Amino acid sequence: MSVPLAAPDPTLQSFGQDPWWLIGGKVLAIFVFLVLTVLLSMWVERRIIGRMQLRVGPNRAGPFGLLQGLADGVKLALKEDIVPRQVDKVVFVLAPVVSAVPAFVSFIIIPFGPTVSIFGHQTPLQGTDLPVAVLLVLAMASMGAYGIVLAGWSSMSPYSLLGGLRSAAQIISYEIAMGLSFVAVFLFAGTMSTTGIVNAQADRWFAVMLLPSFLVYVVTMMGESNRIPFDLPEGEGELVGGFHTEYSSLKFAMFFLAEYINLATLSALATTLFLGGWRAPAPISTVWEGANSGWWPVLWFLAKLWLFIFFFVWLRGSLPRVRYDQLMKLGWKILMPFSLGWILLVATIRGLRNEGHDMTQVAIWAAVVIGAVLLLSIAWDLVGRGRGDGGEIVPDLDGGAAPEAAGGFPVPPLDAPHYHGVAREGADVTAHKEVASGSH
Amino acid sequence: MDLYVPIVVLGALAFAFAAGSVLMAAFTGPKRWNRAKLEAYECGIEPTPQPVGGGRFPIKYYLTAMLFIVFDIEIIFLYPWAVAFESMGIFALVEMALFIVTVLVAYAYIWRRGGLEWD
Amino acid sequence: MKVSTQETVRTVGIGAGAKELATEDMTLNIGPQHPSTHGVLRLRLTLDGERISRAEPIVGYMHRGAEKLFEVRDYRQLIVLANRHDWLSAFANELGVVLAVERMLGMEVPERAVWLRTLLAELNRVLNHLMFLGSYPLEVGAMTPIFYSFQEREQLQRVMEEISGGRIHYMFNRVGGLKEEPPAGWTDRARRAVGEVRGRMGRISDLIMGNEIFRARTRGVGVLSPEQIRQYGVSGPIARASGVDFDLRRDEPYLAYSELDVRVVTRTEGDCLARFECLLDQVHASLDLADACLDRLAELPPGPINQRLPKVLKVPEGHTYAWTENPLGINGYYLVSRGEKTPWRMKLRSASYNNVQVLTELLPGNLVADMIAILGSMFFVVGDIDK
Repeated sequence: MSVPLAAPDPTLQSFGQDPWWLIGGKVLAIFVFLVLTVLLSMWVERRIIGRMQLRVGPNRAGPFGLLQGLADGVKLALKEDIVPRQVDKVVFVLAPVVSAVPAFVSFIIIPFGPTVSIFGHQTPLQGTDLPVAVLLVLAMASMGAYGIVLAGWSSMSPYSLLGGLRSAAQIISYEIAMGLSFVAVFLFAGTMSTTGIVNAQADRWFAVMLLPSFLVYVVTMMGESNRIPFDLPEGEGELVGGFHTEYSSLKFAMFFLAEYINLATLSALATTLFLGGWRAPAPISTVWEGANSGWWPVLWFLAKLWLFIFFFVWLRGSLPRVRYDQLMKLGWKILMPFSLGWILLVATIRGLRNEGHDMTQVAIWAAVVIGAVLLLSIAWDLVGRGRGDGGEIVPDLDGGAAPEAAGGFPVPPLDAPHYHGVAREGADVTAHKEVASGSH
Repeated sequence: MDLYVPIVVLGALAFAFAAGSVLMAAFTGPKRWNRAKLEAYECGIEPTPQPVGGGRFPIKYYLTAMLFIVFDIEIIFLYPWAVAFESMGIFALVEMALFIVTVLVAYAYIWRRGGLEWD
Repeated sequence: MKVSTQETVRTVGIGAGAKELATEDMTLNIGPQHPSTHGVLRLRLTLDGERISRAEPIVGYMHRGAEKLFEVRDYRQLIVLANRHDWLSAFANELGVVLAVERMLGMEVPERAVWLRTLLAELNRVLNHLMFLGSYPLEVGAMTPIFYSFQEREQLQRVMEEISGGRIHYMFNRVGGLKEEPPAGWTDRARRAVGEVRGRMGRISDLIMGNEIFRARTRGVGVLSPEQIRQYGVSGPIARASGVDFDLRRDEPYLAYSELDVRVVTRTEGDCLARFECLLDQVHASLDLADACLDRLAELPPGPINQRLPKVLKVPEGHTYAWTENPLGINGYYLVSRGEKTPWRMKLRSASYNNVQVLTELLPGNLVADMIAILGSMFFVVGDIDK
């Protein structure tokens, strides 16, 4: 990797030296970028899903319907802001804010590009970087979940409550796997700063070297985003609207905004950690020297970002919702042991290579181990599989069992097993007394 | 500390935006009082009265949530190890392998005892 | 207002140290206005966590008094009322009425009308099933299939519209036959539509059946035993999915079904997936039947399509029970006449009413998420429940 033209790639030391106007400018730029991304990704999502579903999608507001997101936002602002009577008012109002703010903050550590010159000032195209940058994203993601849980709880409505609880269940299901998927990246990059991670991918992307980690992250980021197939807290068909059932107007818009910003953040994080961040993809960077300097990298970054957003949209168009115990089973019983085993394997290979062992031998052993694990899992799968193909169906219950007995009318077979009622425990008769006060 | 300044600035900006929007909604929208509108949504019938303070609701995954905290902390242990792996050599590898194996034993025990099943 | 349950349940944690916490059950109303009840069915659930401990379907929000209204309609007007209770199978609903009346009158229906009725009944069945093939995945969270199934529905609906003028409520049956001759060239267009729908059915089944998540959500969920089926009088594809091999078209043929080779689609598993597979397979079977009817119609010599009726249609005194295999199950009309212009009583046995009753037994012990999968797989129409 050679960057002969411009300044060297930024490192952690390049940060913290911006003048105040540059900090303000960067922050504002990120903010505007996020809001625009939300508006655009809403439009993109609806158009793409429209195409997938044999329809057109929004095409009225502005050219190609591009202003649809804005129109929706304005419409929501002009709707009545309903605060139902039974809610816990303070928490109810605070929850959307708690949900939206962390979503914005995460994006500050995402690198958009290398060092560029802005008004004669050399600065990396990134809000800031920390030695623990990725931890910040994880922390903010957990904070955002508070917004959802609190929204569900403060609404004091059964649907919201169930939605909020599901959100908590969801977090404990996928977050361990998500955290583990990062470990291999840190192992290879030797740092948690996003700049360092991007620099470490100068030769080869981690998505190639650490494919299993990448796959685990992709699965868990679906969970993090609260979208189909993991949109359990909302679960429209089940919980009506889940945690945001009681929200209206701009409070609802904040949840909406947070969801789409999270989409962008997760995509950007995937890009940064696994797809080489702002670095140009292989054919371009080998042919064209200047692809990784100046402002061009922003283009590569955005392309990768939108690739992921498209992936999200695609999944939403094609998958049903999982059940939350299935999600938990996936997280705890598959992804977590898998990730732990993978980390052990990666660390062993890397440790042995550092010690100067023969790499081919190590690779063979690694292949043997992976093969054994795969075989074992396949065997496990085969044992567990096998839907009982039941007995043979014999035509029975031939309508009028005794036609002549009932004067030619079809009567149910009189020798059928009789219904004796459902065995119910508890004194449900009194407990379920319903006073007719207009509810019927 | 300069590294953290942009985070605080963006956080403040986002908070101002979010809180501003939420507060603004009270003024931009119409206000038409209606008793039924202020009820909780319960599929079009009069809502079931909720117990004061939310009542006690069974959270079946309580135990799993506790286990989650244990394992989450374990991940936090893995992070610094992963970052410093290169500089610590084979010692780090053996040490962490032992740690992970220990955790896996605990994990297997929990699995066997049904700690990962909630209703 | 309701008094919430006083009973408490004990949640016993695992491990020695887990304390037993007394928690209250929660009452959750699903419906009347809920995205998954497509209509105004209400289920009152008692939840323990997310697990349902008690479920009670509360019906009647859409009761329109159809049976009472039958008594003040003459035999021509009856049909228009009768096709409304199950709005997805209007043609099949009309059929039961005219069969009953024709039987009481001892009326012979022209052969072409019989075959055309059979054809339209099968097309109506396909239309009905396509609706559920789309809406069921929607309920478990997949949005796309419904648009594909509606494309096919549109194709067939155009054919039905051309012949009857209606898209939902065809009102094409008459006592003694059908309203009128099909338009010129209609049979060719119908045949083309059937062929196109059959050709594209693979898209829908690929979209849904190949999906691991869909299978995981439905396999082994909400298993109905043949015993329960018989106890509750469940019928139609739901019963056949549990291995109750009963189909009136084969077991007590009406119309032209005795001359057709009716393939009865059955499964043994009795879970949501089996019910869905039954529906999917039934579409293919019905399309084949429709083709067979079209073949037969082309061979038949020209002749009348209906009977001339007297100005005042009076049905002789007596009673009869006409039942048909509607798309959703057995639909029966018990017609009692006292020789007047209107029926003295017409009892309606609708399929969905019996089918949803079994939910009381089926739902307890399942999760709320499964409840949606089960509810959707009961393939009901609320109008058919509440009449």
